[in-house]
Amino acid sequence: MSSTVLDPTGELRPDSRERVARPESLNGLTVGLLDISKARGDVFLDRVEERLAEFGVRVKRFAKPTFAKPAPVDLRHEIATSCDAVIEALAD
Amino acid sequence: MNEPTASPERPPLPDGLVAVVKEDCPTCVLVAPVLADLAEREALTVITQDNAAFPSSDDWVIHDDDLSLSWHHDIITVPTLLHVTDGEPTRRIEGWSRREWESFTGVSELGTDIPDWRPGCGSLSVDPNLTDELAVRFSGSRLTSRRVEIAVLEDEWEAMWDRGWSDGLPVVPPTEARVLRMLEGTSRDPDEIIAVVPPDLVACSVEKVAVNAVMAGCRPEYLPVILAAVEAACTEEFNMHGLLATTMPSGPILIINGPIRNEIGMNSGINVLGPGNRANSTIGRALQLVVRNVGGGRPGGIDRATHGGPAKIGLCFPEDEEGSPWESLAESRGFAAGVSTVTLFPGQGPRILFDQISRTPESLTRHLAAGLMANVSPRLALMFETVLVLGPEHMSRYRDAGWSRERFLEALTADLMIDADTVIRGAGGIEEGMPESLAGETLPKFPPNGIHVVHAGSGAGLFSMTFGGWVAGGMGSVTVTKEISP
Repeated sequence: MSSTVLDPTGELRPDSRERVARPESLNGLTVGLLDISKARGDVFLDRVEERLAEFGVRVKRFAKPTFAKPAPVDLRHEIATSCDAVIEALAD
Repeated sequence: MNEPTASPERPPLPDGLVAVVKEDCPTCVLVAPVLADLAEREALTVITQDNAAFPSSDDWVIHDDDLSLSWHHDIITVPTLLHVTDGEPTRRIEGWSRREWESFTGVSELGTDIPDWRPGCGSLSVDPNLTDELAVRFSGSRLTSRRVEIAVLEDEWEAMWDRGWSDGLPVVPPTEARVLRMLEGTSRDPDEIIAVVPPDLVACSVEKVAVNAVMAGCRPEYLPVILAAVEAACTEEFNMHGLLATTMPSGPILIINGPIRNEIGMNSGINVLGPGNRANSTIGRALQLVVRNVGGGRPGGIDRATHGGPAKIGLCFPEDEEGSPWESLAESRGFAAGVSTVTLFPGQGPRILFDQISRTPESLTRHLAAGLMANVSPRLALMFETVLVLGPEHMSRYRDAGWSRERFLEALTADLMIDADTVIRGAGGIEEGMPESLAGETLPKFPPNGIHVVHAGSGAGLFSMTFGGWVAGGMGSVTVTKEISP
């Protein structure tokens, strides 16, 4: 005999959204650098900023208040609306 | 998908005087002539649960063949005599008592040739062999979770595993009957949304918690504990998302205080942190299955733990309050004695603090402090809290010396001060450590109120246990205590 069980999941039906197209080049674009506030993430991002500046890319720096929590909605919104691309520094 | 086989609507009873009986009940058989007498002298409808022709095949007898009348109108005993108006009972009596029946019906000289009084029998609608089936038939439709049919040739356990519903251990199939039985453990409505579960931020109903509690192996009486734990885990302060996503091996450790510990048969004694007790073993797992299945938090997905640990499978234990000379953990956190609570601590696997020699509280405290210095790293201070589980034989040192919880914590905190020069980065040839800017300072190992003391374990063994923590406070996870309500 077959049996019936109840679905234990959230039964999500995610919307599919198109990704923003990958830029052909960084010329004239603004790149956000997001520091998640892990130790020495800033060392990595400082170097990335230097290299991007050499290419004449405009850079904006952002940081999460703590690496232990998701980035606040306002921060994500600010990055999304003021940058063309973002680089996130994850690690120690 | 299975549709309920009968209407969930409450079917009306016939108006007037109604008796509910079954032939399998000797008292019903005894009063059969009384029923016939009443049907003749007064309008009476008899509802029979088993034999359609009992006590008569006349048209004043209705067969409740699917037991919907009995189930919906809460018939517990047969015979039950009811006054019905507009399809709903207004008064009822149970069993046979001549005096009561005469008063209830207004008819005298009833059943003068049978004994004055006989107790009734259980209604067929509450027969333990039928209650699950009836609950599914008549109230299954109030469950809103998607029905998943497991085919005849599929193995239930394999089918659930293949769908990704398990943490790797077997899960109990969450059938409608089991979930309905689980929901009997709470007075809360199955539709009530109790939390938004990370990482997918899914609104979680009491029903979804019940489904996962069944799978984890819980009994219905554990459900209030699990509901409180899910609520506590999904608070902003506890930050379940971060705790799930961290590379550290921490997870929510559930510490239970108050009367519910004993009411649901938890073990605070021998092997308290190990196997052998169903409530201890399954409650924490139910929370983790909610995070996994409802929230979508899975190892290798949002769960990025480098090694993981037992609190990520499920770790729950009660305090031995009766054997402790001190106020409980919950009382120390501001809850009244007699209130049941769950405290969630973001912690790692337990580690022993061994001391078989100390006979004075001072010596033992110094040694416990030395052991606690190693929590997470002996080079780091103020970043992590701890749970200290004092074993009964260690607690005896403090009981015998008349130490209070406050005195103990004061002494322990004093023994947990660190000369920063010994642990700053580079000191002692070790690169990891506290920032150089703290040179010359004296640092407490734990933040204020960062040592959570619990009494548990068996009466033999001069040991205590400690759980290391995760990033403490607003930057990470705040230890949360929540009252457990029915």
